Amino acid sequence: MQVASMHFKERASERLNDEVLRANLGKIKGKFVANRKRSLSELDDFEATRDAGRAIRQRALDDLDVWLESFEASATARGAKVLFAQTPAEINKLVLDIAARHGVRKIIKSKSMVSEESALDHAIEGAGLTVVETDLGEYILQINDYEPPSHIIGPALHKTKEEVAELFHRKHGTPKKDVIEDLCLEARGVLREHYLTADMGISGGNFFVAETGSVVLVTNEGNATLTTTLPKVHVAISGIEKIVPTLEDVATLMRLLPRSATGQSISNYVDILTGPRGAGEFHGVDHMYFIVVDSGRSEVLGSEVREALRCIRCGACMNHCPVYQNIGGHSYGWVYPGPIGSILTPMYVGLENALDLPQASTMCNQCGVVCPVRIPLPDLQRKLREREFAEDLRPWYERAAVRLWAWAACRPALYALGTRIGVRVLRTLAGPDGMIHRLPLFGAGWTTGRDMPAPAGRTFRELYAKRGGTSR
Amino acid sequence: MTTSIDDNKASRDAVLARVRKALGRTGSAEQARAAAGAYIAAKAQGPRPAMPSDIVTRFLQRATDMASTVERVGSLAEVPGAVARYLDALVLPPALAAQKSHEGVCWPELAQLDWAGAGLALEARPTVGHDRLGVTGCYCAIAETGTLVFLSGADTPTATTLLPDTHVAVVRADRVVSGMEEAFALIRQERGALPRAVNMISGPSRTGDIEQTIVLGAHGPYRVHILLVG
Repeated sequence: MQVASMHFKERASERLNDEVLRANLGKIKGKFVANRKRSLSELDDFEATRDAGRAIRQRALDDLDVWLESFEASATARGAKVLFAQTPAEINKLVLDIAARHGVRKIIKSKSMVSEESALDHAIEGAGLTVVETDLGEYILQINDYEPPSHIIGPALHKTKEEVAELFHRKHGTPKKDVIEDLCLEARGVLREHYLTADMGISGGNFFVAETGSVVLVTNEGNATLTTTLPKVHVAISGIEKIVPTLEDVATLMRLLPRSATGQSISNYVDILTGPRGAGEFHGVDHMYFIVVDSGRSEVLGSEVREALRCIRCGACMNHCPVYQNIGGHSYGWVYPGPIGSILTPMYVGLENALDLPQASTMCNQCGVVCPVRIPLPDLQRKLREREFAEDLRPWYERAAVRLWAWAACRPALYALGTRIGVRVLRTLAGPDGMIHRLPLFGAGWTTGRDMPAPAGRTFRELYAKRGGTSR
Repeated sequence: MTTSIDDNKASRDAVLARVRKALGRTGSAEQARAAAGAYIAAKAQGPRPAMPSDIVTRFLQRATDMASTVERVGSLAEVPGAVARYLDALVLPPALAAQKSHEGVCWPELAQLDWAGAGLALEARPTVGHDRLGVTGCYCAIAETGTLVFLSGADTPTATTLLPDTHVAVVRADRVVSGMEEAFALIRQERGALPRAVNMISGPSRTGDIEQTIVLGAHGPYRVHILLVG
């Protein structure tokens, strides 16, 4: 996928003026957020379950080489072929070679965010083959000329039903529908024929299980189940970090994943797939492949933000993020939006190509509070901010401002004088409502879209000294 | 022809080498391998929510929460009549009226039931895509979440749970277990290893992809009816 993360500020500003988008985003709070809260109450001890989820994911990462070898051995013993991809280009090459090996013409796909990283669908079509996305949201985006997804579990949740109705009418050549149920029925009919005629199915992988050599797939539509049951070849693509040791670990994580994602106690379809068809079986694939993808993950594993690899892709961090709730996923400019995207995108595409993303946060820690595997998201964003500063990637005026502040902060008397003057100057700028409507000089940009409350009285240091605190 | 599929060793070794470097692993990983083996063997469980002693009732409640419908019958012989009654009572909008069909497929293990006597025409074969009604058994059922567990096999064709508009699952009361952990333990104990597919299904296929509005029957069944026997 093309990286557009350098344009975060422009894209975010455009989205803020998009009333339709903001109305759609506004529904997240009533649905995902409210349902999550209700469903968590079913777990007698959510915090202990989170601790267990964190430990499972961290255990896999701490000895990832050993778990990868263990998974490879288990999967191979069951007749699957385990392939490794170092880069996005290698994912596409492997998929096309597998398709060629088995004479594949048509491929159906259930949702795989990793395949978005490599723009796999474009590579498949470029090779003259047909590919059809089967997750309803992904299908809507595919027929809209590959519009990018805006959310990792609800990829098309930025679209209204009117937009989808217009799109189906145009692309399917059918009369325009105005009821959501009728739109779903129409897509079902179109996709059913594709399921029955496809030669190969591609899925992502929520987890790879080391104990059994299986892939775990989680959906509500059942599209992953159909995609991996009806064709004769299945390719499961996911990152190296998606390994979990045992089936018991899967059971624990499945108490966290659906609740954190959509607020369901369980997703409607959970599949554990191990190897090709058994003796006498009518349904099921003849050939099973795993593509285990590095593509920047080993670098994250060795970095200061390695904890981000615990992510189980539930989307709770974005659902609860005040920044995401207002601008949606497209502003982030790549595959993974929201707080987790603000860490993964710079790591996978280069910090210099995604400079604004570690700043796209209010540091309110809502994301950290809801993360089911306790990823300290604001801390990791702060580490990337430090790295940006250390690598001289921030603009000159920002670096100059920080240096100026550091110089003053090392001189307490000067600092006290400066702030005393500053506070008093700011108060003279306030209107009768106690708000500053226009800041001068460098502050002008800050007040173009909002007012700034004027300082109420004296500085903190003055008040502290008055209350008997010691001030140097 | 040799392609990237046959010649993946260089990439495999490069990825594993980078992972080892990132972990700061120098020398042998024997100790870590032994620890991993011991962890897998221990099959340690995470925290579990408390379950009532009557797990069958709990299963029926949770299945209903997940939008399955349920009925309890006394014996397997009562199943065909119960399926017919269920279909007769369905009230469907005009667009879906054809789904009220009494024709379809069932798993071979249910072939001997008197379907014709209940006015149903069921063929004991795997579905090939356009059957209206699919009747299956199930391996076991999970009380914690109202989930049906299906294992793939020669006599348990997977797609019968997926392609028909209406899925009726026959569940024996003594096959209801507490949680996913007990289902896995049962598979290990009775089968030794996992079959190709373990499909865990909790209610009808659904989507919320258009305006977060839940619609049933996204790709798979519009409705799942559970007949609990015993």
